[in-house]
Amino acid sequence: MIVKDAVCPFCGCLCDDIEVEVEEGRVVAVTNACELGTTKFMGEKRMKNPILRVGDEWKDITYDEAVKYAADMLLAAERPLLYGWSGTHGEAQCVGVHMAELIHGVIDNTSSVCHGPSILAIQEVGHPGCTLGVVKNRADLVIYWGSNPIDAHPRHLSRYTRYAEGFFLENAFRDRKVIVVDVRKTESANIADEFIKIRPGGDYAVLSALRAIVQGKADTIPRTVAGVTREQLVRVANLCKSAKFGAVYFGLGLTMTQGKYKNIRNAIELVSELSRHTKFTISAMRGHYNVYGSNEVNTWMTGYPFGIDFSRGIAFYNPGETTAVDILARKECDAALIVGSDPAAHFPRKCLEHLAEIPVVQLDPYPNATTAFCNVQIPVAVTGIDAEGTAYRMDGVPIRTRRVLSSDYLSDEEVLARMYALMQEARER
Amino acid sequence: MTELLVKNACVIDPLRGINGETMDIAIRDGKIVEEVSDAAEVIDARGMLTLPGGVDSHTHICGTKVNFGRYMSPEDMRAGRTPRRGAMHATSGYSVPTTYGNSYRYSVMGYTTLLEGAMAPLEARHTHEEFTYTPLQDTMANTLFDGNWAILEAIRDGDVKRVAAIIAWTLKAVKGFGVKLTNPGGTEAWQWGKNVSCIRDPVPYFEVTPAEIIRSIVEANELLHLPHSVHLHCNNLGTPGNYSCTLGSFGLIPDLNEKRQTLYATHVQFHAYGGSEWKDFCSKSEPIARFVDMRPQIVMDMGQVMFGRTTTMTADGPMEFNLYRLHHEKWSNHDVELETGSGIIPVIYRRKNLVNSIMWAIGLELALLTKSPWQCLLSTDNPNGAPFVKYPEIIGLLMSKRYRDAEFATVHPDTESRVPLPAIERELDWHEIAVMTRAGAARALGIQDLGKGHLAPGADADVAIYPLKIDEVDPSAEYQKVIDAFSRTEYTIKRGRVVARRGECLVHGSNATLWVAPKVSDGYDMGKDPDFIEKFDRYYTVRMSNYPVQEEYVTRNRRIETEAEL
Repeated sequence: MIVKDAVCPFCGCLCDDIEVEVEEGRVVAVTNACELGTTKFMGEKRMKNPILRVGDEWKDITYDEAVKYAADMLLAAERPLLYGWSGTHGEAQCVGVHMAELIHGVIDNTSSVCHGPSILAIQEVGHPGCTLGVVKNRADLVIYWGSNPIDAHPRHLSRYTRYAEGFFLENAFRDRKVIVVDVRKTESANIADEFIKIRPGGDYAVLSALRAIVQGKADTIPRTVAGVTREQLVRVANLCKSAKFGAVYFGLGLTMTQGKYKNIRNAIELVSELSRHTKFTISAMRGHYNVYGSNEVNTWMTGYPFGIDFSRGIAFYNPGETTAVDILARKECDAALIVGSDPAAHFPRKCLEHLAEIPVVQLDPYPNATTAFCNVQIPVAVTGIDAEGTAYRMDGVPIRTRRVLSSDYLSDEEVLARMYALMQEARER
Repeated sequence: MTELLVKNACVIDPLRGINGETMDIAIRDGKIVEEVSDAAEVIDARGMLTLPGGVDSHTHICGTKVNFGRYMSPEDMRAGRTPRRGAMHATSGYSVPTTYGNSYRYSVMGYTTLLEGAMAPLEARHTHEEFTYTPLQDTMANTLFDGNWAILEAIRDGDVKRVAAIIAWTLKAVKGFGVKLTNPGGTEAWQWGKNVSCIRDPVPYFEVTPAEIIRSIVEANELLHLPHSVHLHCNNLGTPGNYSCTLGSFGLIPDLNEKRQTLYATHVQFHAYGGSEWKDFCSKSEPIARFVDMRPQIVMDMGQVMFGRTTTMTADGPMEFNLYRLHHEKWSNHDVELETGSGIIPVIYRRKNLVNSIMWAIGLELALLTKSPWQCLLSTDNPNGAPFVKYPEIIGLLMSKRYRDAEFATVHPDTESRVPLPAIERELDWHEIAVMTRAGAARALGIQDLGKGHLAPGADADVAIYPLKIDEVDPSAEYQKVIDAFSRTEYTIKRGRVVARRGECLVHGSNATLWVAPKVSDGYDMGKDPDFIEKFDRYYTVRMSNYPVQEEYVTRNRRIETEAEL
């Protein structure tokens, strides 16, 4: 059986043109997906059933036992943390929010260690953006800043920019200029028309210089800025001003380097400035296929995109205080539910030391680095493979992922709904 | 079977010609009925003002741009928060509350039906997801067609039937309710950083004018026999002198429908400005109201501005950019491929600001100068003019000259020479308010036959009982009592259940979504049209098979089929 127009549950591009061939309940071939997506579709070695740590051993347990363990753990906790959420569908994320609210917990998603600073910048100055198709059809200038799509979002170039057809571009490949800005010459820089090499930590200064040039103050710019020559800066500023439609896509190379959210703020203000001259937009290259969905769900349900603390009943947001890393590092958290992410592979050592001290339940189809910290792990269906549900693309376009094969695994939503029901029952008693 | 009897209610039900009669309302299984058995639960309304549930015919509560308004505004989220309590979830937000916040606050004010004013088709799934979490109101979504490429091309080719066919396919695909045009042509121009100035300005590349877009889509709307008329946000919003553009747009509209208006013009306050620049900015509410008085084919809503902080959000991207250049506040923009756009900025409307004071006056003037309340409905274009929680104050202002004068004394002193408001003596009565907040809105949306906006047997049992006796309160003098009563119902009944009582919401509820599926002949089914399919595949970034909103997104489905002339 071939499933057409399947939705790839890997990165924020959320490509929805994938063909998946299924035989005897297994994916045997994948067409159109990049290497990352193909690997995910073909994924093997799933955990068969929930497991419980008993001393140094893993013991197989039933779903009912695992769900009860998690519910009891969260109900007994004083400062529970519900973390992850970017690798699951929106319907599951909604249950997570209700759960956090019920037990006065903290709910946070992976943005707090990823594009969190970008969101802080947006909360200061806003976000002039657009859907990916606007760029595909119009943009004659695309800037990748601190992002490396060839490795991280491989089809971004072919679907939306460098190699994409565009309605208003006669010969899109020739008429569309691509600029890459980075601290080293990446693979993506090799296919760019112009590469700007910045000294590490110099992004903020370069953005400021470009803003000054766009405002007509080129004469105030020194000969070089963070390793970039004035000539190149002036050339690039002119390219931006003379473009009919420019688009900036930034990655963690801008968000998580020196300056952090101030870098993003500066980049957004550059784009707002350019908007007075021509059409310009800016957007983040979001990582997980549904990290943006997690921000969206949290926002319509609590008012905030991540790092929400219900400990006082109301939704309280203060990144740096109410975010997962901080709550673990301060050793406040006394139980953690992890869904759709792998914090052990990304969090600082100090946080992991505390994670090892407290009860942890993880929902994940596969054993991962976090498994080593778990008391219970519950395997679930993979959204986009054997579960369906809503995901939000990096540009905010919501797409319903398809189920390409059926399995006996419960979805994240089903497992969480069972937990939530037990918890509601207990609280009403 | 569940039965409820509301006894001794003082009912105003304009669609049935009932004006202040004391009567009983019988309810069975969510519907109004002639009578119920003795076993029915009884609510004694003790002569309190009882109206059909409120209907907001233009509000922004759910979807991509609303949620981005929240996302970018933690300061607004902090400005209104409540914990989980009883059946109520936690809420955040003042001008852009969370979905639960919207739903509870509307319910406490007696509102049971809401029209989301603008949904981009490509992002419709998002709007429907948020509807699911707006549990205490039935919802529907106006669908944006202002910059739809396929439609612009069909208009250029002079093919109105094709325009209608594309609207039919899209509404059905995205589970939309009505046809919304926001700055027609301007949102497409804005994807080049440009705009159209008024209705005769051609759209870049497509070479059609806003006037042609409005005319063609109005005709197409009637070919499809949609319940609602075209819902228009005119070109040129918010600029001095724009009233002539507004009158020009209204002048394009023939009278094509016997049951309702042919054009719904939204938030007209923002389109009723005189002067040639900010310095000589003034009210032009009088010519607009006179024009509408003579044309039954037009219904408008106020778009009232109230003083204080709020968030502006609209599909009108270029307008928001202009606002950004005026206010220098944070600015978000979100263009949507092949369809439309949107923009958001926070604003503060100040009494000490002359322009803001004039805007405040204009909204009230439109409501007071338009003869028929059926033609000027109450709105703030929530949250653009003010958050909807300000509606009770607006009702107070419309019902009391004394209250208006007291407020007028606090606005910018030069306002008096720019607006007619101080000279207007009219005070609206209870019946007129009932028209502007439910009956008229339901009729304008074309949902009275679906049991909305009235209390006739067979109607949805959506009822609002306000703690106020109309024969004991003089709204002209005791306007604070009016404001208090409209702020908090004694009972809000939705689908036959008491959902809110004295400020508390009592049940989780589940909304119904009303959407339209026009039936067209095979030849006009765009799902089978090779040219439409080819362009879709080439220029959208979502596959056509993944575009339609699935049934899973609609909690309670109210599909309205219409017989199209196609």
